Amino acid sequence: MNSLVDSDPQPKVPGMTELLNTLYVQTQGASLFLEGDSIRIVIPEHTGRNIVPLRRIQEIVAFGNVNVSNPLLTRCAADARSVTWMSAGGRFLNRLDGPTRGNVLLRHAQHLHHANARATLETARGFVAGKLQNSRQILLKGARDAQRGQDEIRAKAENIAEAIIAIPEAGDLDVLRGIEGEASRRYFEGFRFLLRRDLDVGAFPSRIRRPPTDPINALLSFFYGLTRSIAQGAAEQVGLDPYIGFLHGLRPAKPALALDLMEELRAPIADRLALTLLNRRQLTAEHFETLPGGAVQLTEPGRTIALTAWREAMTKERPHRLHGRRIPTALLPAVQARILARHIRGELPDYMPWMI
Amino acid sequence: MELLLTYDVSTIDPPGRNRLRRVAKLCEGYGMRVQKSVFEIVCSDADLLVLLDKVQRIIDHDQDSIRIYRVPKGSLRDVKTLGTAAPLPHDDALIL
Repeated sequence: MNSLVDSDPQPKVPGMTELLNTLYVQTQGASLFLEGDSIRIVIPEHTGRNIVPLRRIQEIVAFGNVNVSNPLLTRCAADARSVTWMSAGGRFLNRLDGPTRGNVLLRHAQHLHHANARATLETARGFVAGKLQNSRQILLKGARDAQRGQDEIRAKAENIAEAIIAIPEAGDLDVLRGIEGEASRRYFEGFRFLLRRDLDVGAFPSRIRRPPTDPINALLSFFYGLTRSIAQGAAEQVGLDPYIGFLHGLRPAKPALALDLMEELRAPIADRLALTLLNRRQLTAEHFETLPGGAVQLTEPGRTIALTAWREAMTKERPHRLHGRRIPTALLPAVQARILARHIRGELPDYMPWMI
Repeated sequence: MELLLTYDVSTIDPPGRNRLRRVAKLCEGYGMRVQKSVFEIVCSDADLLVLLDKVQRIIDHDQDSIRIYRVPKGSLRDVKTLGTAAPLPHDDALIL
């Protein structure tokens, strides 16, 4: 029988195996129990044994109302297998970590990486490149369906393409941020034409935040908040310090790394979903309210529609080039945070943004 | 490595049924049950050695039979299924 145990004929590929062994539980009301060397998952109104070997699980992530038994928690802590709780919407709540996790080393590496101006600039380039490339793709794809301004949209996409070429030449962070800001402005000028003309929510003047003063900006801000929370949750989950960012500067209470991680997700996830909801008239003027002072926000029914669409969008699988397979949108930030962690540890020469 | 483990544990007497349960429990810690006495297992060399040792301590060598097939990498993902069988996500993130 020992003939089974010989050296593996295939070389050990240093692949992204971490994600493969994560157990995500998002069914509300599910309970997890320890049974021998496996996890028994009990889901209400779901009969049948649901058993997963603990050996194959490196990490458990529970969204919302999920119960984890004490024996299982103790076992996970003993095996240095982390358990993370997120709100049903993906906000980071808390995390149980084993005693031997290398998080402090990763965080230390992150701080050292940040202290190295050159390394910081290189990593920041990755975030900007991902953001601009994805923004450009959203414009180009949107131009095909746009009722008007197709030439303008393509012109803005061309502006962004030029900005992408300028990224490697940016000599410092301020120049890089300038390129990003300018390209972002061009993007929103094009974004305006992606909205149907006959919408009752008013025009999109330009990107206005803190506070948004029109429905379209209010919707964008709402989705950016959700995107930020999944990006921050992903950073926490992987063990990175969400407040030490590379593109975004350090400021008290500013999760700079979460903001870095969400850049490449903004256009394809948040903006695209906002466009869809508005253009299909699932959200109309009645779903927004103006507060005293001029800030506009979603009404409660409007929020329900937006959140339902968000949750649905989070389950949609999207292709990931580095992994060569499709990944649910909700997991993209975690995948990217892991790629970033590998880059920070020196295992990957560059940060590879997720690109649509 | 990817393995296919099948067992045939004699259940004519209570000790046999006890062994059957223990073998099943053990296997659940290593892989996914695909049929009543068939497990698909993805594990390392070290895990396999431990598994073999544990199985040997449980079974009755005169009555029980365990077969472990080592299958080429990717076989468990490519498995063809009919009826109620479904491929298991051995290497994907498990989302429930």
